[in-house]
Amino acid sequence: MEACIMDGTTMKCGAVSGLSTVVNAISLARLVMEKTPHIYLAFDGAEAFAREQGVETVDPNHFVTPENIERLEQAKEANRVQIDFTQPAKGDIRKENAEANGGDSQIGTVGCVALDSHGNLASATSTGGLVNKMVGRIGDTPVIGAGTYANSYCAVSATGKGEAIIKATVAREVAALMEYKGLSLKEAAAYVIEEKVAKGNAGLVAVSANGEVTMPFNTTGMFRACATEDGHSEISIWN
Amino acid sequence: MGGWAIAVHGGAGIDPSLPLQRQEEACQALLSALHLGISALRSASSAVDVVELVVRELELNPLFNSGCGSALTAQGTVEMDASIMDGSTRKCGAVSGLSTVKNPISLARLVMDKSPHAYLAFDGAEAFARQHGAEIVDTSFFIIEENVIRLKQAKEAKSIQFDYRLPSKGWDTCASEAEQMVQMNGVPISLYSPETVGCVVVDALGRCAAATSTGGLINKMCGRIGDSPLIGAGTYACNICAVSATGEGEAIIRATLARDVAALMEFKGISLKEAVDCAIHERLEDGKGGLIAVSNDGHVICGFNTTGMFRALATEDGHMEVGLWD
Repeated sequence: MEACIMDGTTMKCGAVSGLSTVVNAISLARLVMEKTPHIYLAFDGAEAFAREQGVETVDPNHFVTPENIERLEQAKEANRVQIDFTQPAKGDIRKENAEANGGDSQIGTVGCVALDSHGNLASATSTGGLVNKMVGRIGDTPVIGAGTYANSYCAVSATGKGEAIIKATVAREVAALMEYKGLSLKEAAAYVIEEKVAKGNAGLVAVSANGEVTMPFNTTGMFRACATEDGHSEISIWN
Repeated sequence: MGGWAIAVHGGAGIDPSLPLQRQEEACQALLSALHLGISALRSASSAVDVVELVVRELELNPLFNSGCGSALTAQGTVEMDASIMDGSTRKCGAVSGLSTVKNPISLARLVMDKSPHAYLAFDGAEAFARQHGAEIVDTSFFIIEENVIRLKQAKEAKSIQFDYRLPSKGWDTCASEAEQMVQMNGVPISLYSPETVGCVVVDALGRCAAATSTGGLINKMCGRIGDSPLIGAGTYACNICAVSATGEGEAIIRATLARDVAALMEFKGISLKEAVDCAIHERLEDGKGGLIAVSNDGHVICGFNTTGMFRALATEDGHMEVGLWD
């Protein structure tokens, strides 16, 4: 499991990868940010830090669900690595689904971006990574600037195919377009999702310093919800 | 301008009293690596092949904090990181936590070319190395006596020894603990060696590539990952430019330094030099690092806000330079 958190006001950040017993990866990422001189801890070192800090740990089995075992089997059969994870299909529908959406995710990485009443921005992302990923594979989530980023312009949390998000430095890109090209949050986010990442590979949620919210994606759908202080709120999956 | 260009670095932040012999050894090593890259460029090798070749050479040299000669973790082990990016495709590969792979940069390349992923770490990366026949050595290969001593001293000083950032202005007058790098660690600064290595190239066809490799911070927590394997922080390449950074990893990550140089060029339409100046002097905290960069039209530059940076660069028209200081 991996996670990452970034505080747009201080630019401090924390990230963890390769966790297997820590109940809340995002909280460990926060501890890395606040309690160490480092930004990123991984695998055995991260697990050791978790114990030093006394965070809640459980047996790795806590995190393994029957659905995921099923998904892993399907992915192995298809010899495929999948984004986050597809719905485990039943019987004959299996093949059809696989072709229909090319193994795209329906549920996956989680993230949150926020602008508080003092104008501070922050972003947090957490994931188990890809189904059937190689052991040791790290995705975009803990890579500052890829899956997670926040500064004084905006806060961004991305999801999708990690490799594509890394090479497009998605989260940083949105902020850079705002800062260096003067685009609005919506324009910047739309541009990154439409032009910088291949179709079917990514989505993101973002908020800006002036309270704009945007949730673009180029996949079939993206689970998302947002709310603003003026009472507007939205929850959706599809376009 | 046009034509190929290449730059190599061996770390940012140099103690002004580093023994002259050490300084010369480092320059020689950089020049040697540079010449290797130049020969390859003259034989029409591609940018990504050249950066890998050059960084491999530097990894084998115990003088630098990468591969053989890597800084040691708090446990006295090595955990090496590296990353490579091919600007023409924006494909990338990164590795972290290696302890037996002879050339981390080549494993990063294998991750890029032969795996469905972009970043592998620790046990998984080691397993991948074995599956793909990467050259494996005993971990003692990377550990040098000097670093064992440095680790001991760093522990005695009970602090993390940053590569050694001496802020570029008046280090002797800096009051805060964080800036008194020499005193903070209580380590004889004469033992500090060159650091993280990197190479950037634009080849004869205008393709850019970057590669960076490191052992990380001495006395670091096990599992600590810095900027070198993080695409956008320590390494970045696109069709406009390629960048390899070095310095205090955490500062470089916060600044997404390598990506910012490219973003400044792309979104503000400024030159490589202007972008590097802006990134180094406005985006990066003072005294925290440096970078080398090339642009697709044959320009090459080095920029740093530390006291010194080991670097060498060359262009097709015959220009060549190697340096440590401003």
